[in-house]
Amino acid sequence: MEIIQLYTLLLIGVLSIGGFAYNRNVARASVRALRQSGPAETRWHSHPNYHGYLTGWSVALVGFGLFIIFNLVFPNQVALQTVSILLGTSLAGLLVFKKIAPAFPARIYTERFIKTTLLALSGLAILTTFGIVFSLIFESLRFFADVPLFDFLTGLKWSPQTAVRSDQIGSSGAFGAVPVLLGTFIIMAIAIGVAGPVGLMIAIYLSEYASRRMRAIVKPIIEILAGIPTVVFGFFALLTVGPAIRNLTDALGIAVPTQSALSAGVVMGVMIIPLISSLSDDVINAVPRSLRDGAYALGATKSETMKQVIFPSALPGIMAAFLLAISRAIGETMIVVMAAGRAANLTGNPFESVTTVTVQIVALLTGGPEFDSTKTLAAFALGLVLFAITLILNIIALRTVRKYREVSLA
Amino acid sequence: MTDKIKFKCRNVRVQYGDLEALHGIDIDIADRGVTAFIGPSGCGKSTFLRAFNRMNETIGGAKFSGQILMDGEDIYDPSLDPVLLRARVGMVFQKPNPFPKSIYDNVAYGPRIHGLTETQAELDSLVEKSLRRAGLWEEVKDRLTEQGTDLSGGQQQRLVIARAIAISPEVILMDEPASALDPIATARLEALIEELKTRYCIIIVTHSMAQAARVSDKTAFFYEGDLIEYDDTEKIFTNPDNQRTQDYITGRTG
Repeated sequence: MEIIQLYTLLLIGVLSIGGFAYNRNVARASVRALRQSGPAETRWHSHPNYHGYLTGWSVALVGFGLFIIFNLVFPNQVALQTVSILLGTSLAGLLVFKKIAPAFPARIYTERFIKTTLLALSGLAILTTFGIVFSLIFESLRFFADVPLFDFLTGLKWSPQTAVRSDQIGSSGAFGAVPVLLGTFIIMAIAIGVAGPVGLMIAIYLSEYASRRMRAIVKPIIEILAGIPTVVFGFFALLTVGPAIRNLTDALGIAVPTQSALSAGVVMGVMIIPLISSLSDDVINAVPRSLRDGAYALGATKSETMKQVIFPSALPGIMAAFLLAISRAIGETMIVVMAAGRAANLTGNPFESVTTVTVQIVALLTGGPEFDSTKTLAAFALGLVLFAITLILNIIALRTVRKYREVSLA
Repeated sequence: MTDKIKFKCRNVRVQYGDLEALHGIDIDIADRGVTAFIGPSGCGKSTFLRAFNRMNETIGGAKFSGQILMDGEDIYDPSLDPVLLRARVGMVFQKPNPFPKSIYDNVAYGPRIHGLTETQAELDSLVEKSLRRAGLWEEVKDRLTEQGTDLSGGQQQRLVIARAIAISPEVILMDEPASALDPIATARLEALIEELKTRYCIIIVTHSMAQAARVSDKTAFFYEGDLIEYDDTEKIFTNPDNQRTQDYITGRTG
């Protein structure tokens, strides 16, 4: 892109604002003129502002439209592009100017413009999503041509390599995803085991027990946790929690590597505490006050009310909070890359080092990958599996939340 | 009606922050029968009602001073547990608030937390007795396991009355219990109150003059945090002493 094109873009902006101001003033002036000239009352269909808005929108649309068309169809015709944009936008402004009249429904056209713009923007987001999903699916299909889907999902050995020479050691790659999925599952389970109880208790404390002042102090502090970059959690896990666990287990006489599922899981659990506590707190607060009153008026204590009345009512929402937290934990990469190791051990032992889907994707795609080797394509297959899992969890979570909302509104 | 006194209130004041909602109320409430609290919105009648089972304490920032004696015992005595007080003073709210549990579990809730019954059979019969007293048994006896929230508004309100009765309270406080009900459900509720008043001390807050006149034996008129007039319902509605009471019940203020 040449520098003059940047100025052209700027020019389109200026022109559309100028067109808006000019035509609005013209419309205002003619409203005033009509009012003064005749006793016969003329009602304007649209407020003068709308004549202005319509001008602005049209100029912007024509300008940016021409800009994009020229870039695609006649690249490098910068002068022609600028000239035609100038002409096109002036024409658009002039057309609206000519139309300014009491009966002209500028308001309706403006609303249509706005609606179409909004639609186009949400369409863009949806298209992007579909684009990503389809590329995942197509690349995975290429992978499954090499490695059958069934073998991928049930294979017990993960050793993704492709031979450069047929006689080299370890030339036979193994693409069984079970150890990787198992590692993901173990770390997720540890993380939820940590974050679930702690986050839930925090939510209960904040919503039912804490004084207003305490809540105002505690809640923001917990939410700071959510703002810590995951890479910081990662080296915290690697440099602090991992060695601490190793020292502790050494004292007990068990040998545990510094990189273990446990340290990654625990730190990931800490990371998702605010997610669970904050969402659960909202859900518990949404339980109608009248239910609390009902329980208290029967002589229930705070904890009885919590356990027997509020918690059951809030349960679907709390479940949804947990599912969202699980999705987050499954998709998390940085902590596990740093703290869990890379060995694809088929193990249920949290003290061993394991690997996860996300870590393997990083390993497969970093360090100068060849883009059509089976090894690289395996990353897409793993990504697809990951996407499928989190998608399903999110759908379940959103459905439970919606169901819960219906109940609490009734 | 007996002349025995259930509550003796002296100089009752309730403050929310800097705002005083009740400016020193003195009133005696009879042991049986229905006492109605009437007055325009914001006059403090609901706040006063909630002082009788210390429900104001469940909202932060409410401060009580003065004295309420229940059978001669100070219910604001620091050594008295509000949980035990609320087991003796039941409450029914403006909006029916059954728990999202089965009809049976709603009624059984109070007896369970207070350990009132020992066997399942005892609990079953207590639930049945309470539902019968609340005039709901015939309608729900075949569907006790259904959700309490699936009942109609009027049924829900009778369900929460059954829930309150199940722990054998001495007093039932009702905060505009009919305001969310249609006329037919209201008539049923009023008939129920008529029946219950022989067993319990009932205090009812209501916005409906007609309702106060129909169900209550005594009526107290509140205005801007003061008790203006307290007398037999008939006297209040036919020949009040105070001009403001007169204006309110005839619809000139409020």
